[in-house]
Amino acid sequence: MDDVAQRTLVLRGRRVVGGCAEGEALVTRETISGWGGINERDGTIIERRHELRGVSFKGRVLVFPGAKGSSGWSAYFHMARLNGVAPAAMIFTRMTTKVALGAVVTRAPTMTELDQDPLAVTETGDWVKVDADRGVVEVTKR
Amino acid sequence: MRLTDHEKAMLDGSHGAAKARAMDLLLRYGEALGAQRLVETNNVAGAFNASTPSVRALAARGFDAVYSELNLDSDVVVEVPRMAVNTCQLITGIDNAKWRIQGIPDDLAEQQKRGEAFFGRRGINMHATCTPYQVGNVPVLGEHCAWMESSAVVYCNSVLGARTNTEGKESTGAAALTGRIPYWGFHISANRRGTHLVEVDIPVDDIMDWGLLGYWLGEIVQDEIPVLTGALLDPTLIKLKHFGAAASSSGGVEMYHLPGTTPEARSVEEAFGGRAAAGTLRYGPPQRRQAYDNLNCARGRKVDFVMLGCPHNSIEQVWLIASMLEGRRINADTALWVHTPRALRDTAERNGYVQMIEDAGGVVMSDTCPAISRHMPKGVRTVATDSAKQAHYLPAITGVQAWFGSVRDCVDAAVSGTWRGTLDG
Repeated sequence: MDDVAQRTLVLRGRRVVGGCAEGEALVTRETISGWGGINERDGTIIERRHELRGVSFKGRVLVFPGAKGSSGWSAYFHMARLNGVAPAAMIFTRMTTKVALGAVVTRAPTMTELDQDPLAVTETGDWVKVDADRGVVEVTKR
Repeated sequence: MRLTDHEKAMLDGSHGAAKARAMDLLLRYGEALGAQRLVETNNVAGAFNASTPSVRALAARGFDAVYSELNLDSDVVVEVPRMAVNTCQLITGIDNAKWRIQGIPDDLAEQQKRGEAFFGRRGINMHATCTPYQVGNVPVLGEHCAWMESSAVVYCNSVLGARTNTEGKESTGAAALTGRIPYWGFHISANRRGTHLVEVDIPVDDIMDWGLLGYWLGEIVQDEIPVLTGALLDPTLIKLKHFGAAASSSGGVEMYHLPGTTPEARSVEEAFGGRAAAGTLRYGPPQRRQAYDNLNCARGRKVDFVMLGCPHNSIEQVWLIASMLEGRRINADTALWVHTPRALRDTAERNGYVQMIEDAGGVVMSDTCPAISRHMPKGVRTVATDSAKQAHYLPAITGVQAWFGSVRDCVDAAVSGTWRGTLDG
């Protein structure tokens, strides 16, 4: 393995929801709808023209710009948690009430305002540890 | 966050367990946002109904359990007291009179009615519409609100000049019991100014035009605040309702300014509050074509189902549809559902509009819509609608294909069973 493959990045930022969790990154540059954008029973993205259509965030670290669309965002991520298909952790770049409330009720460790753009430095498949209590994200490149 | 003495007393349980759980949620939410404090609100619009199959198990434990979990994010079941402030129910999943036509099982319809009886007595006004501003909930300029429903939020901020963020089921549940919501985002004057100038180069006139403009715009600006100039003709409630709904579906627009029309922008300068625009966008024929093509995902011309009334139709829209249908008969293989708030349906019935639509073979529904209920007539593969919002969501939620067009395109499709709509009529 070369050095790049083993590289671990450390990012620092602000806690949105506390806790510590890790998992495989699922990265998208497209905002996500909750109601009408995800299937709360299996955690898949269902929006017709979304780049992650058909992909599930269950147990993964969701790295995305933030929320769009319906006010049912929190309700659908809330139900995803009750159904056991929520993301393990979340990292987003654009704060809105939808994504903040959604993260709170999903109860997954969540961070924002990182010192590097997470959409630029993480890729789907990287291993990501989100320690929201300490304000630290560790990205191990795949 | 800084809390007042009254807020601290609610948090520590001095005003009962439900308000304590509500304050706990507001605190977690406010800290997630980075808010400094809460603001008082006396106008809450939320979703308290229990009308989906997934709520069955919770509802079997009682409606205190439903509210505790889904409206307060509380692990313990608390007894729900009367709402502390004016609160209304937005759209639901079930038409209380026509659930059998929707294909809803009787036990779910009964569950919703039991829930309404429970919540109604605690002060939640059962407007049961996505458009509370059409049935008497019309906040004044500057009023702090806590509203759900993206299409109502953008209308509230932009057209009425009242102040709300896009709230959710849990935050409106907490606000209704405490009269508080985080002081953040659109509650603060400085955050309400325009960010992007949009120069509209072509006339935007009917509902379809306004829907296309909104659908294109939302996808580009996401949650920024556009300021629109150009030939924006006759911007009435009906058109702005469709425009905002489209822009908050393809993106997350919660506020816009139409200088000379909306109350916080008597001029372009006032809309931007003295700052320069972060960017300028142009809307012309190619952008309009792009929005139309993005919305029209259907392939087959045979239309099984025509849906009108998203957001819920005004009485003028119901009259327009009734007029277009007079003396005509809907195709035997095509269903037409028209959706309007129940209070307006009463007017439509009194006026004879409901009879006119029923005589042609259509149905006038209230309380719900197909995207919310996930119910349509059996076997529908292709739907036609005049709503960019419904055309955006229905294929994702139900797997159908959608045609989007004018009200006339849709009514004609209901009569002929065939889609003949085009971008330019």
